[in-house]
Amino acid sequence: MLLRVENVTKMFGQKAAVDNATFNVEKSAMIGIIGRSGAGKSTFLRMMNRLTDASSGEIKFDGHNILDLKGGDKRAWQSDCAMIFQQFNLVPRMDVVSNVLHGTLNRRSTLATMFNLFPQDDIHRAIDILDRLGIAEQAPKRAEALSGGQQQRVAIARALMQDPKIILADEPIASLDPMNAQVVMDALRRIHEEDGRMVIANLHTLDTARRYCDRVIGMRDGRIVFDGTPDQLTTGAARDIYGADASFSEEATSTSIETLDTAEYVTA
Amino acid sequence: MAELTASAGSGVPHIREHYMDLIRRKRMYGGLTLAIFTLLMVSGFVLADSRNAGGFWDGILNVFDFPHQVLSEAWEKIDLLPAHLVHFFPALIETINIAAVSTLIGAMLGLVLSLLSTRGLARFPRLIPLFRRSMDIMRAIPEIVIALVLIFVLGGGPVPAMIAIALHTTGALGKLFSEVNENASLKPVEGLQSVGATWFQRMWLGVIPQVAPNYLSYALLRFEINIRASAILGFVGAGGIGYELKNAMSWGQGKFDEAAAIFILLFGAIVLFDQLSSYYRHRLTSGGAA
Repeated sequence: MLLRVENVTKMFGQKAAVDNATFNVEKSAMIGIIGRSGAGKSTFLRMMNRLTDASSGEIKFDGHNILDLKGGDKRAWQSDCAMIFQQFNLVPRMDVVSNVLHGTLNRRSTLATMFNLFPQDDIHRAIDILDRLGIAEQAPKRAEALSGGQQQRVAIARALMQDPKIILADEPIASLDPMNAQVVMDALRRIHEEDGRMVIANLHTLDTARRYCDRVIGMRDGRIVFDGTPDQLTTGAARDIYGADASFSEEATSTSIETLDTAEYVTA
Repeated sequence: MAELTASAGSGVPHIREHYMDLIRRKRMYGGLTLAIFTLLMVSGFVLADSRNAGGFWDGILNVFDFPHQVLSEAWEKIDLLPAHLVHFFPALIETINIAAVSTLIGAMLGLVLSLLSTRGLARFPRLIPLFRRSMDIMRAIPEIVIALVLIFVLGGGPVPAMIAIALHTTGALGKLFSEVNENASLKPVEGLQSVGATWFQRMWLGVIPQVAPNYLSYALLRFEINIRASAILGFVGAGGIGYELKNAMSWGQGKFDEAAAIFILLFGAIVLFDQLSSYYRHRLTSGGAA
């Protein structure tokens, strides 16, 4: 068993943001977590990365409970468990390669960090990763000078630089236009297929979850209410997850270009 | 997908080389700056030490003599301490009063000046440099200089100190306030302009509500600083606890017990207001909710 999540709960005051979440992952997969805003998706990912402490429960990766880790062990886990954010969370005033090199900070000393001394091998590897994501030309630019889609790919490059076992993506495409959203999701899927890394992504849109994920978990009010393959995610199941009535239509909120095309085709 | 796979490998060695050049240059500049900085610091210290009248290394050993004498003398007359504390308390109140009044006056004047000297908000955009320079001047002249001149003109007492600190506070807070104003959103101001509001109405309803928490936070910080300033001004005859301290602190009068009591009062007051203002500033900046 690669990943075992057992009764994980997070309380904010009296309210449970994540309520007794339990699921298992046998082997590396691309997993999508869907649900409406405030369902506890982000809180769950933040607990996995240990940005937020859980109130109770266990998350076991390779048999170790990562919710117990402290100090250096915790930071070592964070280095193994990369995180990608909705707003990219790069250092805006530093160049792209430096931002990617931040992925190695767990292995660097404070002094080397202060003077920005990274080994040449790491710098070359950072540029190779940027090239793999198609943005090597942006290497010397400041991160803030890049477009949203490019910044998110820099964030993915930083995650890859960590050489992580898991990549967590918290709504990675929610701030991007449809074209860039596709590029970023394609990149995440490729990383999963080529490197065999586990990817867990919070997603806003059902069609993205269906298209890219091997498995979909639905959350509502902190509870896991759906866990299955994309095929099992029918419109009825989606309505349950989002707590919507019969007027709920997937196409109305879809951001994928294909859906837009078909919609236009139908109305035309 | 095309963008992901299309990039040919041929460009990468070039990009690597280019970036390594950039890094090497940056490191060289960084190293040079660090070397120059270290050199300047070391040579500066050596020069300062050689010009020091008594010699830094000889004097440093005697640095505890004075506190030692004050403490031992105060310890001998420890039984008088409560009476001294009661005796000097009104002087402490006077000092805090000077600080409070001058902070209030300075903040109000600073508010007006800051609005007049912020680009985008100013009533008379052409006069911005005038208001800015006048604040610079108020900030540049030390309180103690203004106080000395005013004491010469008006005679000793709390009023010259109050005016001196208020002037300095106006310049300092005006500058900080105008930086806050620059970060304020102009959208509400534009909205009010569109309904035909006057400049004063636009500022009062469009800007002040946005910036009030930051203003208050800066004003509280300034109040702390002004308590210390008003205590120091007592030394030049502006009344308050500083004046009493100066009288008690002179060598060889045997009044070090009084000096100790004044120190305790002053230290206690400053710590108290420090804690109070940092508590309220924290509440203001972290969203107001308790």
